[in-house]
Amino acid sequence: MSNWEIIRLEDVWVRIDGATILEGINLTVEDGDFLGVIGPNGAGKTSLLKAILGIIEPDNGRVTVMGKSPRESRKYIGYVPQHNAFDREFPISVGEVVLMGRNIHTGLFRRYSREDRKMAEEALSKVGMLEHKDRQLGKLSGGEQQRVFIARALVTEPKLLLLDEPTSNLDSTMQAGFYELLKTLKQQMSIVLVSHDISAVSVYVDKILCLNRVLCYHGDKNIGPDILQLTYQHPVKIIAHDENFHGLSGGHEHHD
Amino acid sequence: MIEALQYEFMRNALVAGLLAAAVCGVVGVYVIVKKVVSISGSIAHASFGGIGLGYLLGINPIIGAVFFTLASALTMGLVTRRTKLSEDTIIGILWAMGMALGVVFIGLSPGYAPDLLSYLFGNILTVPTSDLLLMLVLDVVIFVVVIALYKELLALAFDEEFSKAAGVPVEKLYLLLLGMIALTVVVLIRVVGIILVIALLTIPATLARQFTHDLRKMMLLAVLFGVIFTLGGLWLSYLLDMASGATIILLNGSVLLAFFAVRRLRRRKSRAEVATPAG
Repeated sequence: MSNWEIIRLEDVWVRIDGATILEGINLTVEDGDFLGVIGPNGAGKTSLLKAILGIIEPDNGRVTVMGKSPRESRKYIGYVPQHNAFDREFPISVGEVVLMGRNIHTGLFRRYSREDRKMAEEALSKVGMLEHKDRQLGKLSGGEQQRVFIARALVTEPKLLLLDEPTSNLDSTMQAGFYELLKTLKQQMSIVLVSHDISAVSVYVDKILCLNRVLCYHGDKNIGPDILQLTYQHPVKIIAHDENFHGLSGGHEHHD
Repeated sequence: MIEALQYEFMRNALVAGLLAAAVCGVVGVYVIVKKVVSISGSIAHASFGGIGLGYLLGINPIIGAVFFTLASALTMGLVTRRTKLSEDTIIGILWAMGMALGVVFIGLSPGYAPDLLSYLFGNILTVPTSDLLLMLVLDVVIFVVVIALYKELLALAFDEEFSKAAGVPVEKLYLLLLGMIALTVVVLIRVVGIILVIALLTIPATLARQFTHDLRKMMLLAVLFGVIFTLGGLWLSYLLDMASGATIILLNGSVLLAFFAVRRLRRRKSRAEVATPAG
């Protein structure tokens, strides 16, 4: 199982509207990795995920996912986009949201099969939300909504799960529950988690990637202040490396 | 009203109203949930260019509108997606350009355009049978597309980011949606007119949204409201001898406003009852 490359980026450059977003990124993620991607706002974290998904074509370099192009491997990638994208008032039920994840398998013009519906229910029960299947999405709490979006990503039975700032609108109790869920999921798939929350990430992930347009660091999660300073361009301290203190936010400046 | 039905124009008006209500309910729901009201308004006004083109070419202005409106909707979609100009700006520019083209085309055409006002403000009482057939065809096209691509259109409206990653052709679907809005506009022109189209595209769907969280039920309700308002408006205009298009729109708007006013009053009342329990 291990040492099999799930993601490989070779000298990847991404430019959007003339601005360089990612600069010469080389990266491999192996099967079973739980990788946390941290970095300041505008560091290119979301673009990195989108390049892995094949939504953004790199201007230079190559992205391979499971040995193929991202487009070919899309079926095996689960994606939880940034939260701000959706309208809380949208008339849609939890079950319909999760079924949306099956679109790639079901194909255009086709109706969801009984199999699709069964898989949607299984994904919902995996995240403990099956009983809310018929409720309107907007009526759920932020934590419950995030679980629904995870279920939507899981319904394709992915080998790789990409999450973009999944805890940004969760309070610390919800965050703890959320990371516990990821802990169980990492037995079955590789996970790449983008977050600005250094402390929480460093508790749960196995490896860390520091990104600020260039790749500043990739490796063991126990990183020192020097690497963080390099990433954030100013001194940063990790508040807690202890499981009991998850959910505190990092990124504070020293005042000494 | 019943005796009025012995006249062909009244029967045509009735059918036109039903055909209009059916599409404006279904497509209006997408306009509301995808929040494309302004771009729809722009498409509606740009259709005037098509009416003008029809006069200029000496064909049925509605046929001119079908092609011109489709073309301007696709142009708007492509320009908003592919350039850095803000959607707002493009909407404003193409809105005015479409209308300006209409004015120029009509100026260039021989003679004068006698029923121009009926295209601007609608006249459900003068819809010829040939236009009814065209409206029917457009209705069928729109229904077929919505049924065939229901789950894709839902995905487009709800979450483009995720849908892109899931391999849904988001941009093509967006253009398709704008195309459907363009065809809906054409269906509605005869009934309420270019300038009033946007109300029929938004009001029944908005009212329907207040009663359900299910997109399909919302469509059914919006169609039902559309039918009630269109036929109700037609009847009122007959009774009061007022312009049919404007009467239909005013009925739509009044019911919506009344609904929100009553709901507000009720909420205030129930809050007051909670604050001072009877005792």
